[in-house]
Amino acid sequence: MTFLALFLFQSLPLQPEQASTIAQSVDHLYYFITLVTLFFTCLIFFLIFYFMIKYRRRSPGERPKAIEGSLPLEIMWTAIPTLIVAIIFIWSGRLYFQNSVAPPGSMEIVVTGKQWMWKVEHPEGQREINELHVPLGRPVKLTMTSEDVIHDFYVPAFRVKKDVLPGRYTSLWFEPTKTGTFHLFCAQYCGAFHAGMIGSVVVMEPRAYERWLAGGVHGESPEAAGERVFKESGCSTCHLADGSGPGPSLNGLYGHSVKLSSGQTITADDAYIHESIVLPAAKIVEHYQPIMPSFQGQLTEEQILNLIAYVRSLGSVTGKQ
Amino acid sequence: MSTALLEPRVQAPRNYLNAEYGWKSWLFTLDHKRIALLYMVSITVFFLIGASFAALMRIQLLSPQGELVQPETYNKLFTLHGIVMIFFFLIPSIPAVLGNFLVPLMVGARDLAFPKLNLLSWYIYVVGGLFTLFAAIAGGVDTGWTFYTPYSSTYSNTQVTAVAVGVFITGFSSILTGLNFIVTIHKMRAPGLTWFRMPLFLWAMYATSLIMILGTPVLAITIFLLAIEHLFHVGIFSPALGGDPLLFQHLFWFYSHPAVYIMILPSMGVVSEIIACFSRKRIFGYRVVAFSSVAIAVLGFLVWGHHMFVTGQSVYAGLVFSLLSFLVAIPSAIKVFNWTSTLYKGSISYDAPMLYALGFIGLFTMGGLTGLFLASLATDVHLNGTYFIVAHFHYIMVGGAVMGYLGGMHFWWPKISGRLYPNGWAAFAAVIIFIGFNLTFFPQFVLGYLGMPRRYAFYPAEFQVLNVMSTAGASVLGVGYLIPLIYFIWSMRYGPVAPKNPWGATGLEWQTASPPTTENFAEIPVVTQEAYAYSEAEQEVNLG
Repeated sequence: MTFLALFLFQSLPLQPEQASTIAQSVDHLYYFITLVTLFFTCLIFFLIFYFMIKYRRRSPGERPKAIEGSLPLEIMWTAIPTLIVAIIFIWSGRLYFQNSVAPPGSMEIVVTGKQWMWKVEHPEGQREINELHVPLGRPVKLTMTSEDVIHDFYVPAFRVKKDVLPGRYTSLWFEPTKTGTFHLFCAQYCGAFHAGMIGSVVVMEPRAYERWLAGGVHGESPEAAGERVFKESGCSTCHLADGSGPGPSLNGLYGHSVKLSSGQTITADDAYIHESIVLPAAKIVEHYQPIMPSFQGQLTEEQILNLIAYVRSLGSVTGKQ
Repeated sequence: MSTALLEPRVQAPRNYLNAEYGWKSWLFTLDHKRIALLYMVSITVFFLIGASFAALMRIQLLSPQGELVQPETYNKLFTLHGIVMIFFFLIPSIPAVLGNFLVPLMVGARDLAFPKLNLLSWYIYVVGGLFTLFAAIAGGVDTGWTFYTPYSSTYSNTQVTAVAVGVFITGFSSILTGLNFIVTIHKMRAPGLTWFRMPLFLWAMYATSLIMILGTPVLAITIFLLAIEHLFHVGIFSPALGGDPLLFQHLFWFYSHPAVYIMILPSMGVVSEIIACFSRKRIFGYRVVAFSSVAIAVLGFLVWGHHMFVTGQSVYAGLVFSLLSFLVAIPSAIKVFNWTSTLYKGSISYDAPMLYALGFIGLFTMGGLTGLFLASLATDVHLNGTYFIVAHFHYIMVGGAVMGYLGGMHFWWPKISGRLYPNGWAAFAAVIIFIGFNLTFFPQFVLGYLGMPRRYAFYPAEFQVLNVMSTAGASVLGVGYLIPLIYFIWSMRYGPVAPKNPWGATGLEWQTASPPTTENFAEIPVVTQEAYAYSEAEQEVNLG
């Protein structure tokens, strides 16, 4: 029994992690409203069950006395809820107001949403996709816009969320209080792979962040680095291994022939893969749509080489093309 | 015994059901009661379609990678589930079925003010519904029932235009129904039936009709603009064409938030009738309950901005909409307290309609209170767009509106069909539905607080346990909904014949035969007392 309870507690957390300076204050308000909800739900349920039993019909001909109503009671149950919602309104309004303005001296990062990836640009010029690296203990202000439809930048652990609109800039800020990796979700439905428009916010010690800014992670094989780029740049969102995504599977591709929508057949070599990353519209695989964005300027030549090494390593994997 | 045998078999007395036979007598009928039945059959079909979409969605979410279909298909499933359930089931449910049947009976009239418009409204509804079903079969639509631009107008390559036209057409059926009810309630009340003698169901229908005729045209205009942008690339909503990316949301919620009250106010009316009848008491604070319906209808038009707290709208606009949203909670709270107080010192019986009505109060209370989290700005930022929202509005629209509809169907079924259904099965189904509903939707509150966004065809593995719980609950709920469908159909043939007034209820509809004749009343009744005259001293009608 205890074991079961322990298991349930561990596999079923009831609260998301609190990892920003505002998380706790938002949760305090959340607890207060939860208490109000519990109190009134229990009160109504109790009264209903109590009356149902106490005043159950004892004989078919029973005729209770009429009660008109009661003005004092009506005033009471208008005034008490009004008071409670007034408290919640003022409390939540203050918090919202305070949280709406980024503190001065925030680090400014630019975020662009597009179907179905997050593109991030750091002030130092560092770019990343579906990942946002930030230092611990420093307020970060995001300026956001969308290249296509409405998206929404949502980090549950930080209790922040803001729509990302085409043709408009919106912003949000947070100050992380914990190192670690936290979910980044798109919370506004944006089309076919909306559920795949997720990434992570990586909060690092300031010195580790400096090191990260200065260069990539060292000591990786080209294939492993390529696999990392493949995931971080969002390639894996569409190029699913089983071929069910909007982009073709890359398993068993390298060195084999590919049929194009133009009717041509070519062999998948280094040059073809390079071209497909920087100029994806040039050659379209048969039965696929020209929807892949260009990664020109987003990936360094080194990263593209790593990607090619990774695709080459998949060449011996048999699978759907 | 021998006299019973010798007695000639009497034909069932003339009533609206056996007055005429043949399909023409139904499709060209002007009788409000027959039109109500046409609606009842149509919305049941749409309910079953919408429910099967929901079942597929719950199966998909059993595993994190998505069990059943491709994301594109899942997106069409939740879109069509929303569109079918809201526009083709919930909005017409109580007004078009029970309202059509009962408004003339309750005011003591022979029909609605405009019987031909009433039949026309059903035809418009069917045409809109068929249009939407056609679009569903010919490729579906994947924009979500909210049709947010610019995704719907420029990016989606599904059947957006066809579905929008379907919804546009159906809107006119709501407008005509609302117009008919308002005129009927104003002009056709029986002698002596003053405003404050009217049953609260009529007050609720009146408030609902106001929203229908004032709100629905805005939806029509919005859809019209959407179609223009989609077809002719005129920049209205899409910033790429020079439009405003948020304008659509303002217009859409200006109708769609009040539409929530189109769905819930009628249920509140039904519940008032049932609570009064099965506790044999007049509704505690009758006038307050009546006016709170009107207050909800009016305030409901002023809160649309609470759907847009995270869109980047002005902080001050957010504060105003938050305040107004809290205010609309108060009349709802007042109603709950008054219903509960009606039970006090009553004579309470546990017949099936009462179980549904009490279930309504419980679920509506939870749905209403969880709305506080979303009216509150700071917590809404975290919860908006997550499963918390999904759980909250299902507590209101399924826990509230559908429980109310089922309660009303059980209450008036003897009047509608002239037959009784098995009370034991009905009580059993009510309990199963209540339990199944909570098992389905309560875990979704937790999911939302943990941060799981809605409309995800696949999701991070940590959310799986709660999703499996929700799907398990949904299967219980599904069984619960099938039971009434079976015994209602059964009762039409095999159910015991219902007396005129099986529940011992007040109200003019119970003073005429079950089922009523085509003209409702042989003589227009004269009303001499208030609604809900259940106590001994006021007893004038013959109960039983």
